[in-house]
Amino acid sequence: MKLKGTQILFKALEEEKVDIIFGYPGGAVLDIYDQLYKSDMKHILVRHEQGAVHAADGYARATGKVGVCLVTSGPGATNTVTGIATANMDSIPLVVFTGQVPTGLIGNDAFQECDITGITRPCTKHNFLVRSIEDLAPTIKEAFHIARSGRPGPVLIDLPKNVMVAETEYDPLNIKIRNYEAAYKPAPKKMANLFEMLTSAKRPLIMTGGGVILAKASALLTQLARKYQIPVTGTLMGLGSFPGSDPLWLGMLGMHGTYYANMAISHCDLLIAVGVRFDDRVTGTIETFAANAKIVHIDIDPSSINKNVAVDLPIIGDTQAVLKDLIKFMDEHNYTYEASQRQEWLGQIAEWKEKVPLTYCQNGKVIKPQFVIETLHKLTKGDAIITTEVGQNQMWTAQFFTFDNPNTFISSGGLGTMGFGLPAAIGVKCAFPDKHVVDIAGDGSIQMNIQELATAAQYKINVKIVLLNNGYLGMVRQWQELFYEKRYSHTDMTYAPDFVKLAEAFGVVGLRATKPEEVESILKQGLSLDCPVLMDFRVSREECVYPMVHPGDSISNMSLGSREMIN
Amino acid sequence: MEKKEHIISILVHNKPDVLARIAGTLGGKGYNIESLCVNATTQYEISKIVMTTVGSQETVTRIENQLRRLVDVIQVDDLTNVESIHRELILVLLNLTADKKEQIKKAVDTNKWKIIVSADTYIILEITGDQSQIDFALARLEPLGIADITRTGIIALNLEN
Repeated sequence: MKLKGTQILFKALEEEKVDIIFGYPGGAVLDIYDQLYKSDMKHILVRHEQGAVHAADGYARATGKVGVCLVTSGPGATNTVTGIATANMDSIPLVVFTGQVPTGLIGNDAFQECDITGITRPCTKHNFLVRSIEDLAPTIKEAFHIARSGRPGPVLIDLPKNVMVAETEYDPLNIKIRNYEAAYKPAPKKMANLFEMLTSAKRPLIMTGGGVILAKASALLTQLARKYQIPVTGTLMGLGSFPGSDPLWLGMLGMHGTYYANMAISHCDLLIAVGVRFDDRVTGTIETFAANAKIVHIDIDPSSINKNVAVDLPIIGDTQAVLKDLIKFMDEHNYTYEASQRQEWLGQIAEWKEKVPLTYCQNGKVIKPQFVIETLHKLTKGDAIITTEVGQNQMWTAQFFTFDNPNTFISSGGLGTMGFGLPAAIGVKCAFPDKHVVDIAGDGSIQMNIQELATAAQYKINVKIVLLNNGYLGMVRQWQELFYEKRYSHTDMTYAPDFVKLAEAFGVVGLRATKPEEVESILKQGLSLDCPVLMDFRVSREECVYPMVHPGDSISNMSLGSREMIN
Repeated sequence: MEKKEHIISILVHNKPDVLARIAGTLGGKGYNIESLCVNATTQYEISKIVMTTVGSQETVTRIENQLRRLVDVIQVDDLTNVESIHRELILVLLNLTADKKEQIKKAVDTNKWKIIVSADTYIILEITGDQSQIDFALARLEPLGIADITRTGIIALNLEN
């Protein structure tokens, strides 16, 4: 059967089981939007193309499926770049469709033309310019395959206007794509090596990362850690891959990691790092990172191995497959650990936990941001999907909201994109309409994509925004306080809109709390309302995130804030 | 770690922007390409790229891994550590000035270099060889006044396959 390009596009999306698109129309995609008008595909009209990509990204992080966006050429396409780079840094599977001027005009500086495949080459896993109608269906199939296989990532497909109105035969069962084999099968010898290292280790530690969540390996990792009583710390992206309420959990490590996680890294004799890439925010100075340990690195991407940290045993492979093999190997060799073997190590960790717990001081008349997050956790019983913006709000969420399940902490880790949280929450809520979906935001970040309140209001996407409003670009201000003698250069955000009125102007409910005793009731009210709600919490202005490892320092050397903070 | 020249052979899908992807991957990560040679193989849809880069073994391993991440890259081999043959072709234009004319002719005769264009006022030589032969030729020709030169960059063939 002969079909037009626009028809093939939606047929191909059905084949890929796409159930929602986030997008924004424009001249070059008028034909596609005309076809969309006639189809059953669900489409969410965002208010800025960056919002479309973050929403698709949030949807992908929460579901594990590929997120899809559709935007026009030129500025529509360039507006997606920050979103694409965000997904690329965190290995999130997306397919982004951009309109393009007709093939005959490409290179002529036509109206709304830009070389988007050129622009996004370094920040996509792969991208395509579809030059002829015959290539359309195979390209879409290949793009989805590339996005979700191996180390996942965003793929962009540029669609010239004339290609989309041309016709060709469409036969979905007969589309052949190139073999793109991304996964490696680890050698059995590696299992034996790891087994040997584990049996002789006195102070083993697991470090879990985003790769565990992406590979759906959380259950296996949890099984391994519990069975052999190995304590677990995680990177920001790894939060939720091991239950945060388990006694073996040490919390996040790194620059704003817990005292006990960073101490455990510094004292362990075996570090099993799974699905991580040893970002500089995690390791502190490389020379002293896990200096007493043999390091095992399990990751699907060979280019992550020995990139930042030299490792003793690299195991390249899908983390789920490797953990499965490892558990099987240990069972076959009847490995059992002696409780006495762990006693000293677990005892030491318990001592660290008791000495410097994560804490803050909620006294006086000012709301502490950590208190808002803890109260939110208490009220939702942790049964919520949390997105964050970037900065202090993100770090406090990582520290004070306990994540028990994978895919429930949705945050821009690698790129650190302000403005991510609200559109991402919209994407998450589209996938999980019956779950509490909360964006924990800062007053700086939220203003970067505040226009998406209109999207939430239009479609009644009932996301909740918990705004930790301190009137500063808080994390930058914290660095200025600590390292630039309190010269607060352009971080004061006191000149800001009245967020309650702003919410109302968008058709969203706005609530405000200014005193600690109002926090719980405002949160209760906000969570119970059946509509999008922005809750403006006026929090302590100069609260800092602690512990903090100073940039370039060893992670065992932490600033803990004032004694009042830790007591 | 010791830095040296590495010859990397890459098989890629013959796509319009594959070279841009490879150059961008290396440039974006701060690695320099010293020479580059690209052409289709016996299969039109597959191209072979031979490039040289200077770095420690550690750096070159990283480069290889970065290249392998690219969807259009099929195979990457570092030919420096395997048995392989290397050749480069250079075209050299020399002006036959009165004072150098005899010296040039003598050098060409002695070394059996191939003259591909011979005019009254200039000659063009075609010289092929491995690295040491090319280095030798350049050292001899330099004092005679090279007016223009074009080099293909190194091509290489893996003998272990």
